[in-house]
Amino acid sequence: MTCKEYPELGEKIYSEVLDNGLAVFVMPKQDYVKTFAAFATRYGGSDCRFKLGDEFVETPEGIAHFLEHKMFDMPDGSDAMTALSALGASPNAFTGPDSTCYIFSCTDNLEQSLRVLLSYVTTPYFTDASVAKEQGIIGQEIRMCEDSPSHVVYENLLKAMYAEHPVRISVPGTVESIAKITPQTLYDCHKVFYNPSNMVLAVAGRVDPEAVIAAAREVVTAEAGDVPVRDTGFSEGPFVSESKTVREMDVSIPNYMIGIKLDPDPAGGEALFRQNLLAELAMDYLAGPSSPLYIRLYEQGVINDSFGFGVEEEAGALFAYISAEGDNGGDVAAELVKEARALASTGGDAEYFDGLKKSAIGGTLRMLNSPESCCMLMVNGYFYGYEAMSELDVINSFAVSDVLGFLKENVIPEKMTVSVIEPVKKVNA
Amino acid sequence: MEKAVINSIMPGVELIYVHTDKFKTGHLSVNLLLQLDKSSAAKNALIMHVLRRGCKRLPDLKSISDELDRLYGATIDPVVRTIGEIQCVGFSSNFADDRYLPGEESILEKVVSLTAELLLDPATRGGLLKADYVRSERDNLCDAIRSEMSDKRTYSFMRLKEIMFSGEAYGTDRNGSLKSAERIAQIALTKHYKAILATAPIKIFYCGGADLERITEAVLNAFSTLPRGEIDLSAGTEIRVECGEPRFVTETMDVTQGKLTMGFRLGEVMYSPDYASIAVFNAVFGGGVTSKLFMNVRERMSLCYYASSVTDRFKGVMFVISGVEFDKYETARDEILAQLRACAEGDISEGELSSAISSLVNSVRAMEDSVSSLDAYYLAHSIDGLTYSPSEYALLIGEITREDVVRVAKSVRLDCVYFLRGEEKEVAE
Repeated sequence: MTCKEYPELGEKIYSEVLDNGLAVFVMPKQDYVKTFAAFATRYGGSDCRFKLGDEFVETPEGIAHFLEHKMFDMPDGSDAMTALSALGASPNAFTGPDSTCYIFSCTDNLEQSLRVLLSYVTTPYFTDASVAKEQGIIGQEIRMCEDSPSHVVYENLLKAMYAEHPVRISVPGTVESIAKITPQTLYDCHKVFYNPSNMVLAVAGRVDPEAVIAAAREVVTAEAGDVPVRDTGFSEGPFVSESKTVREMDVSIPNYMIGIKLDPDPAGGEALFRQNLLAELAMDYLAGPSSPLYIRLYEQGVINDSFGFGVEEEAGALFAYISAEGDNGGDVAAELVKEARALASTGGDAEYFDGLKKSAIGGTLRMLNSPESCCMLMVNGYFYGYEAMSELDVINSFAVSDVLGFLKENVIPEKMTVSVIEPVKKVNA
Repeated sequence: MEKAVINSIMPGVELIYVHTDKFKTGHLSVNLLLQLDKSSAAKNALIMHVLRRGCKRLPDLKSISDELDRLYGATIDPVVRTIGEIQCVGFSSNFADDRYLPGEESILEKVVSLTAELLLDPATRGGLLKADYVRSERDNLCDAIRSEMSDKRTYSFMRLKEIMFSGEAYGTDRNGSLKSAERIAQIALTKHYKAILATAPIKIFYCGGADLERITEAVLNAFSTLPRGEIDLSAGTEIRVECGEPRFVTETMDVTQGKLTMGFRLGEVMYSPDYASIAVFNAVFGGGVTSKLFMNVRERMSLCYYASSVTDRFKGVMFVISGVEFDKYETARDEILAQLRACAEGDISEGELSSAISSLVNSVRAMEDSVSSLDAYYLAHSIDGLTYSPSEYALLIGEITREDVVRVAKSVRLDCVYFLRGEEKEVAE
């Protein structure tokens, strides 16, 4: 077990990779009441095509998410959700484009809960009846998403930005695609992706690191497996597939997302992490709440405080986005391009840039207050291969010229998509 | 965690102080307590957003944002919430703890002072709140109200409340109605602002590493110009124990999934309410993944992805929300009512009761790890004059028996059912 200290942030992270490849990370916070645990596999909605034996196989869209729902059933007829709740833990799970995460938080019975978590996620048990039952439940989850404007605007954005990249696949799939799932496909996928070499356990809160590692060693006895080989049979150019996508829904206010497609550094790991943080700092410089552009658009009534930005790294795809309410997504996208061009022709505003760096300190400290965020930081750092706690150091290493270079290269119409949700145009009878 | 200390520090101003070193940021909220009323709710909400636009020293968004960046990413945001029929409006601030700042820097006093300046010392013209700020924030408030209605689950819930509480303040949304928001004018708003500032009881909540003396002094200095007239202590919540025959309302919209919302009165238990019993009843009936609603409506009958209940102890009401296929409306509704009957008849297993209690104990204790939960918890409890901490409340929950739960379940009455369905398969009820 190794221990890394981050004195300026007041944290320590203990870690060990077990012989079977399972990585374990622990961030103790002894004055907390609660402990949060996340057991995750590098397998998500984008991983429909992968190598099984010597051949590539195709699996139905939505299968990683379906598997997540079904993992709670145990061979003895019990269910892990109930078992964890009986111990006083609050269990949950979620699936993203490139990972599936099983979590719980508890204030008591940590070691027992941890053993239940490690055991149920590594114990597959599926029957025809249980698969059929889940098709009904997930069918309703999909319908719920179809009625949610924020979900639809995001899915449409990905589909328009990417021509082939599997990040465009909807994580829960469709009612039709999940109808094709059988117990056997679930067993196959579990075997490939839920092997210890493809997984990580992260725990933060009131916890003894030794006890976590001991539990992991005792419960996760599977041998090391191969790290799965994913579909690489797609080609994705640097520019967006479509520059605009519009959907009408029964909403009382229109909303939109603007995506900026970025070309992820093929080296991955730290290089990709740097690129991600630079993108975030540059978006903050361009359109953050203290940027001249934000202030001007807000004061003109073009945007309101629903306007926000972010950077996402999903399944090897990297993009920045703006998300807001209003019917003027196209105009705002044009303003971003104009402003980026204007900024790139200047030498940059050093005082404003320093303010943004200072502001990052508060943001990082707030994030570290939450055991949930700390766990996800450790999970993502491990899966993507970077030192997650170095965020502030990386941000401080950037110069204003880096930010301006980023804006010049990336905030251009060819790399941008606007996804819009418009109110249904009602025909008056 | 230490217990909250509650002191009266000025006429009608109470400081709720929770000391802890476990968070890396400090948190302060300033809350004006007002009677929720449809004629003033929108004005109360709007005032905070207008004040956030500028104070005398920092008269516009740019100067405020730059100052917050320099204060290491401190945040000061308007908060508008309701507790029963009390509307609480004010500001919430979060800022880095001195321990994590470079050098000898110390920002607590500066943030407290800026929060007070925004509340007490607005940018004005001719003695009135600035017309352009009022106009643009009024438009933003209207958009925020429309935006809430765009989410069909929220919309259904708002409609149910409108119908069920047509003659009660509780039917008013925290932001007021669109109709009342659209009509707010600058002069009336300025008058209203001055009136509530002088008369509203104020609760200030602080949680962080500063000692009581330091925060008390910082608040007294910052709020020394707070005008105090005759404090209006009349704000409260009217509880209706009786209800007539249940009402059933179905409406249509362009949705792909039906949204079922049911409203109940908690009934005669509200004559001398025991909050811990009500909370445990809710956990058994529909509060979590071991509840009767989750285990039956979702898991056994596969009717939905979500079906859960929530109670409001201030008003003495309960709501159930679910998303189901249009043709499963009656089946789902009847099953939900059947599960409520089962609770009333004492058909509650040892496992159901103990899981409900341990999950609830876990989530209540875990509130001590989140400043926003502590803020909401202590604000609500102090309105009731209760001072026990989350861990003490957890002990009370641990003592609840099946008889306590049955007593609550027997007292619950269905008041109103609202179903939102798609347009194409319209069926008369």
